[in-house]
Amino acid sequence: MTDEVAKRIAGIIAEQALVDPDEIKPDTTPDDLGLDSLAIVEVVFGIEEAFDLSVPYNANEPNESDFDIGNFASIVEGVKGLIAQKDAAS
Amino acid sequence: MRRVVVTGLGVVSALGIGRDAHFEGLREGHCGIAPISRIETDRLMIKIAAEAKAFEGSDYFDRGQLSLFDRVTQMALVAADEAMAQSGLADGDRVDEALGLRTATVIATAMGGLHTQDDNYYAVYHEMKNRVHPFIVPRLMANAPVSQVSMKYGFMGPAWSVATACASSNHAIGQAAGLVRTGLCDAAITGGTESVLCFGGIKAWEGLRVMSKDGCRPFSKTRNGMVLGEGCAILVLEERERAMARGASILGEIAGAGMTADASDIVAPDMRGAARAMTQALTEAGMAADEVDYINAHGTATAINDRTEATAIREVLGPAAEDVLVSSTKSMHGHAIGAAGALEAAAVLFALGEQIVPPTVNHEEPDPEIGLDVVPNEAREAPVRAALSNAFAFGGLNAVIAFRRG
Repeated sequence: MTDEVAKRIAGIIAEQALVDPDEIKPDTTPDDLGLDSLAIVEVVFGIEEAFDLSVPYNANEPNESDFDIGNFASIVEGVKGLIAQKDAAS
Repeated sequence: MRRVVVTGLGVVSALGIGRDAHFEGLREGHCGIAPISRIETDRLMIKIAAEAKAFEGSDYFDRGQLSLFDRVTQMALVAADEAMAQSGLADGDRVDEALGLRTATVIATAMGGLHTQDDNYYAVYHEMKNRVHPFIVPRLMANAPVSQVSMKYGFMGPAWSVATACASSNHAIGQAAGLVRTGLCDAAITGGTESVLCFGGIKAWEGLRVMSKDGCRPFSKTRNGMVLGEGCAILVLEERERAMARGASILGEIAGAGMTADASDIVAPDMRGAARAMTQALTEAGMAADEVDYINAHGTATAINDRTEATAIREVLGPAAEDVLVSSTKSMHGHAIGAAGALEAAAVLFALGEQIVPPTVNHEEPDPEIGLDVVPNEAREAPVRAALSNAFAFGGLNAVIAFRRG
């Protein structure tokens, strides 16, 4: 996890979960960190603020969302995809 | 009908944090009104208020809690803590389940999380931000103080928020007492919490042109308008036999409540509606006019309220109005809108407990149109057997609570 995007996301999640960012591994899930649905919404908000993105996450149907919050790696991948889309559009 | 007593009280006001600070301010006739210091006042016409200056949420709550608690919720939780500790209802944080199921939570706030609304409207309209923090709704909703208090202590009975402008707290206290009186509940946590002292909130009040730029002088001939305040008072109400059986100390009795609507004007008060509410409270309490030693007046220091209220007091008490002591403690803690009645209930409990009537401070010159003993400028030792607390709201909604010594 040396890349900048992953580092910033780990920081955002760590702040919500009250853990050290180093404890967050690619296969770490929100459940592992004890993040409830409200905390996940806060993480999504933190990511939107940090990267100036709109994350297509719907708390009603987390599994149906286009944004996969299954584990840390999938979140990073999703954010990178959104950044790429945004760069392509601008 | 069962009798309802107060066994706990917690306060946050411009007079200080905690009921002792509030009581001390009332006793000393301290005026909590001062230049506004918590926000920028450059673009405000009104630059004074009764801010609870000492109250900082970060002194009590962590970052996660603060993201969910508007200032009104913060004050409610702090006041509820103090009230619960005094009542001794809970051993630790939460009441036992049997009591929790029989305990109501009825807390007033006329405007809800106005700071949260103000900050976030600013963010989306002025700063052009396209998103707000996820918890803005649970933070600003008017029932947030009620919900957070019920969650913290495990109160699972009826719970709701009350919004009737300046009468909100008295409506809440009256309804909460009714739940206990009729046997629907054994205890109720009630009162009110309010802070409109944000830029947009003060601007809205400025618009009405009823605010004083230089001070709050209720019943004084020189009065020229109201001064906003903020704060919270929480009362623990309990069925009297239950409270006595467990040896709780009793601060006073909620003997009756009267609630009426003027059904006339959206802002101007109507003497008849006010008088009917006072009469109803006396009737429910079985209280004779000459038993009332003290009236904590609505006393906003607008020309029309104070005149109308004085007339209503005469109408209801008759000859006893010549002897009753009447004071407006808004002269000290400001007009806390939805929390006003609760801060004033605290003043009445002070009067009943200490046998000292809090004064109407900033009183400069008697007004012949008032002509009542308004306890000018200095608290007075006097026997206080029973008291009324008046609240007459915009929209013509009136609520009066009758108290007796416990």
